Amino acid sequence: MMHKRKLAVLAAIAALAGATAVMAGPRDDILAGYAAEAGVTAFDAAAGKALFTGTHTGGKPETPSCTTCHTGNLTGPGKTRAGKVIEPMAVSANPQRFTDPAKVEKWFGRNCRSVLGRECSAKEKGDVITWLSSL
Amino acid sequence: MANILPGSLRAASLSLALAAGFASAATAEEGEGVYFGAVTDPTVKQECSACHMAFSAGMLPASSWTAILGDLSNHFGEDASLDDKTTAAIRDWLTGNAAQPSRWMTNAADGGDTPMRITETTWWTRVHNGEVNPAAFDNPRVGSRANCAACHRGAEQGFFGEE
Repeated sequence: MMHKRKLAVLAAIAALAGATAVMAGPRDDILAGYAAEAGVTAFDAAAGKALFTGTHTGGKPETPSCTTCHTGNLTGPGKTRAGKVIEPMAVSANPQRFTDPAKVEKWFGRNCRSVLGRECSAKEKGDVITWLSSL
Repeated sequence: MANILPGSLRAASLSLALAAGFASAATAEEGEGVYFGAVTDPTVKQECSACHMAFSAGMLPASSWTAILGDLSNHFGEDASLDDKTTAAIRDWLTGNAAQPSRWMTNAADGGDTPMRITETTWWTRVHNGEVNPAAFDNPRVGSRANCAACHRGAEQGFFGEE
C-alpha cells in the first residue's frame, strides 16, 4: 500500500502538470495559428529578440522600439509614455502573457504600426512570442 | 461669461478657480479642488486606461472627443486603433458627457474650439502654469503631463485637488 506522503507528492505533481498544461494550452494554440498562417514549422527566438529590441525608423518617431515602453528588462515592468505601468512581457514573470488571442492581436496590431509603421507578419509575431516565452 | 464645468468646486480653491474661470460650477464645500466626474462606462474605462488614465469626459468639449476618436491610429504618437463598434461606443459616451463649449474649454494657444490635448486648454494651462514647476513634469516619477495621478491622488475618481 502506498504511503500517504507519497500519495500527496504524486497528487501535487499531477496538479502541477495539469496547471502547466492549462497555462501552456492557449499560448501553444496561438503559436500554432501563427505557424499555420506563416507556413513554418518552427519559430526563431533570436529573430524575435532582434525585432523586439531593435531600433526602427518606419513607425512613429515617439516609439522607435518595443523597448521604448517595455524597456530592455523584459522580466520587469515597463512604462507607457503617459506613465502607466506595463506588466512584464516575459512569460516567466507574467504567465498570463499571450494566452488571450484577441488581446495578442490587438496589441501586435497597435504596437507594430506604432513602432514599425506596418503590420507584423505571422512569422514575426511567433518569433517574438517564442523569444518572450524563453526568457 | 458662462464658464460651465461639470462637477463641483470646493471652497478653499475658490479664489484661484474664480480667477481661472471655474466660477459657475462652484458649490461651496470644504476641501480644495475640482470634481470632473469619474469615467463610469466600463468600455471607456477599460480601453481608455490601457496606456494613460481614463480622462474625465468633462475635460474637453464634444468636438474634441469626436476628433480624437476619429483618428485613433495617430493617437499622440501611438497607434491606439480599436474596432469600429468599440470606437463608436467610446465616442458616444465621451461626447455625451463632455464639457459645454466655452472659451474656458478652448485651445489656449490658438483659441480654436477643438483642443486636441487637455493640456492645451485654457483651463488646464491657467490652473497649472505658475502653479507647477515645469521641471516637475520631467521627473521620472511623473514622466508626462498626461500622468495626472502622479500629483492628483483622486484623479482616477475624477477629483483633482491641489496637492
